[in-house]
Amino acid sequence: MLNTVYRLVAPRKFEVAFNNIDLLGEEVIVRPTHLSICHADQRYYQGTRPAEILAQKLPMALIHEGVGEVVFDAKGEFKPGDTVVMIPNTPTESDDVIAENYLRSSKFRASGFDGYMQDQVAMDRDRLVRLPDGIDKTVAAFTEIVSVSVHALRRFDTMAHQRREVVGIWGDGNLGYITAIFFKAMFPDTKLLIFGVDFEKLAGFTFADETYAVQNIPADLKVDHAIECVGGDASQKAIDQIIDHINPEGCISILGVSEYPVPINTRMVLEKGLRIYGSSRSGRADFQKTVDMYEENPEILNYLSNLVGAKVEITSIADMKTAFEMDIQKNLGKTIMIWNK
Amino acid sequence: MNFGVILAGGIGSRMGNVEKPKQYLTVGDKPIIIHTLEKFYVNSNFEKIIVLCPGQWVGHTRDLVKKYLNDEKRVVVIQGGDTRNETIMNSIRYIEENYGLQEDTIIVTHDSVRPFVTHRIIEDNIRYAKEFGACDTVITATDTIVQSDDGQIISSIPERSKMYQGQTPQSFNAKDLKDLYLSLSNEEKEILTDAAKIFVIKGKPVHLVEGEVFNIKITYPYDLRVAETLIKGEK
Repeated sequence: MLNTVYRLVAPRKFEVAFNNIDLLGEEVIVRPTHLSICHADQRYYQGTRPAEILAQKLPMALIHEGVGEVVFDAKGEFKPGDTVVMIPNTPTESDDVIAENYLRSSKFRASGFDGYMQDQVAMDRDRLVRLPDGIDKTVAAFTEIVSVSVHALRRFDTMAHQRREVVGIWGDGNLGYITAIFFKAMFPDTKLLIFGVDFEKLAGFTFADETYAVQNIPADLKVDHAIECVGGDASQKAIDQIIDHINPEGCISILGVSEYPVPINTRMVLEKGLRIYGSSRSGRADFQKTVDMYEENPEILNYLSNLVGAKVEITSIADMKTAFEMDIQKNLGKTIMIWNK
Repeated sequence: MNFGVILAGGIGSRMGNVEKPKQYLTVGDKPIIIHTLEKFYVNSNFEKIIVLCPGQWVGHTRDLVKKYLNDEKRVVVIQGGDTRNETIMNSIRYIEENYGLQEDTIIVTHDSVRPFVTHRIIEDNIRYAKEFGACDTVITATDTIVQSDDGQIISSIPERSKMYQGQTPQSFNAKDLKDLYLSLSNEEKEILTDAAKIFVIKGKPVHLVEGEVFNIKITYPYDLRVAETLIKGEK
């Protein structure tokens, strides 16, 4: 079946293209309904990735965070109208040891191949997770970034030693907020401290035990473990602070993406015997865990709904540009595209 | 109940020196009519998709449906009529005989040579036909429309902002369409080449559905080249 795809062909320029979907193949056809814009999409849209990367990846449909409704499944396992979240990581092999999102052979939507800005998306059937009835789709739209937090926290549980009296999260942006919500749900007995730069944003972490401005951290404050959700230029400063304030043998979880290599004070990492691990993206198990937690703990969805920013109805390419431009202006939160194109 | 109605009745006289009607020509790796049919086939809102084609092409069309969709239940191929509206009436007759014509029976009629129609356009058609009784897919006119009564002198130039170009699907409450069509005189039937116009001249509202510039009708050899180019643009 001919399918319409809206690809970014150059920074700030979307164009229509067509691909072919094999109806009688293994894939399930999904109509996207709510799409959420991520920083990674913005780096393509604004052209801030290195020129050689842009040349290699574009034209490509953006967006890897989104939900939709099943339109057609030749095998009948999914019913038309089923509400599903789409998993962007797409493995091409299975491995008993290495998680699917770390296999170098895995492809990723809106990075290695077309994302969700399409009339209909052909998804491998194991790349769909059903959502509970009645879920707020503007919130469910950014389940992918939520699952990245959940993935990192699941690994935290296996990597961090058992003294977990105080844990700090550095970063008061979307990722910090989401990670903090899920940390509280998964580790309710741990005292959770948030470290950020924006007083207003920090005030939003009402469920955390304490919040601190990074320029005013008491010298004697210590955490057993830390999670870095800063990324970008401030990564180095955040990791430095964490190394200063973490107790020996603590675990540092790094989630913030930086375009450039970040120097790390390895002397103190060695002296304190620290364990540092990075996490990126997520897999099916993380999505399933996330959706299970939505169901078990509906309060989570209420907290997440605070992140829903502009909701932009998309009926034209001009609307797509509007959504991306509005997203650039935002201070916090997620821009959601209500997909009616 | 909703029915997809694929109009493949044309014999392609505008297409130049080709052997087959244009809807059977291959674009990409499939006949155009199959590309079009697939868009309707995946939409679960349709109880059945009725394909209407010239009598001598019914067998060939059935073979194509079997080959590409492997489903002879949900897609039915029958013969069209002498005119576009007679062809549509044949689909309504089929529905009436097999399902009965209910108050809420909707038909979404579509040119078999418009394979680039989107899921959204089809969904909007169903929605508006249910709500208003009839709807027509259009795009805003980009060229100025000029009217000439004698083909030599301009008789008027309508305001472009109010001009739209008609595409398909055109969707209707099947019972209303049938009743209106039967109320027409033979002379009126001759003039009314467009089903939406039947509603318009009878004072019934026809809602607009926003089409797409790329929802082209493959009519001329040039269009075939355009369609090939659009499809081959795939990465």
